[in-house]
Amino acid sequence: MNAPLLVFFFLAAIAILGAISLILQRHPIHSALSLIVVMVALAGLYLLMGAEFVAAVQIIVYGGAIMVLFIFVIMLLNAGVEERTNMSKMAGWAGLPLAIALMGFLAAAVARSTDRVQAVAQSGATAPTKVVAGLLFQEFVYPFELTSFLILVAIIGAIVLAQREKQ
Amino acid sequence: MIPAHYYLILSAILFGLGVVAFIFRRNIITIFMSIELMLNAVNLAFVAFSQAWNRLDGQVFVLFVIVVAAAEAAVGLGIIILIQRNRQSLNVERVDLLKL
Repeated sequence: MNAPLLVFFFLAAIAILGAISLILQRHPIHSALSLIVVMVALAGLYLLMGAEFVAAVQIIVYGGAIMVLFIFVIMLLNAGVEERTNMSKMAGWAGLPLAIALMGFLAAAVARSTDRVQAVAQSGATAPTKVVAGLLFQEFVYPFELTSFLILVAIIGAIVLAQREKQ
Repeated sequence: MIPAHYYLILSAILFGLGVVAFIFRRNIITIFMSIELMLNAVNLAFVAFSQAWNRLDGQVFVLFVIVVAAAEAAVGLGIIILIQRNRQSLNVERVDLLKL
């Protein structure tokens, strides 16, 4: 077994354990910390695939900005341990088997669909970040500009939603 | 070289765990975090395909997905603050009326 494969299995195990911990923890702040573990493990996997820029953005935007926002809201609302209520009978009875079936079907479908992918020759890509920048600012420049508009709308929406109502 | 389908199977597992969290958790913040987990799983599949086909379009799509996730988190957490203010509860089973 070679070194990259070992690193892959190590990071994959951390990601899956973090995701399971997100499900099992009863306090939202513990779930948020588990999610940060998953995101850092995924950033490691991106590095392993040679996508340095995506790995950096994953750490800065997901692990940094978005999760800080989550933890900030959890603390602002003083969210405590989740109270147990009777879940709907349908979710309790059929939820887990159906979710596991979905996982199995997805894994089987993508595993079958990669037969063709693997036929494509792997050649060492050079300076991927430079190429990503070229794609982002030339081929995808209109979607890129639209995302700035989307962020502006989201900022205004968040401010309007969260402001206190005037009496 | 790690085969692309290892990454894709990991992505499917993470997506499935996100679905399980979405179904079984009662706290609206945790449900929202499970949506982020599913978005992350999709990002992993994007990067894996991008690497397998040796084309970098997939990585550009990942950046767009991250931007959408950030916008969604900002608006979604605003909505969560409103729910807490109006219902004094974060349990989704107590948020089942359109009008108070």
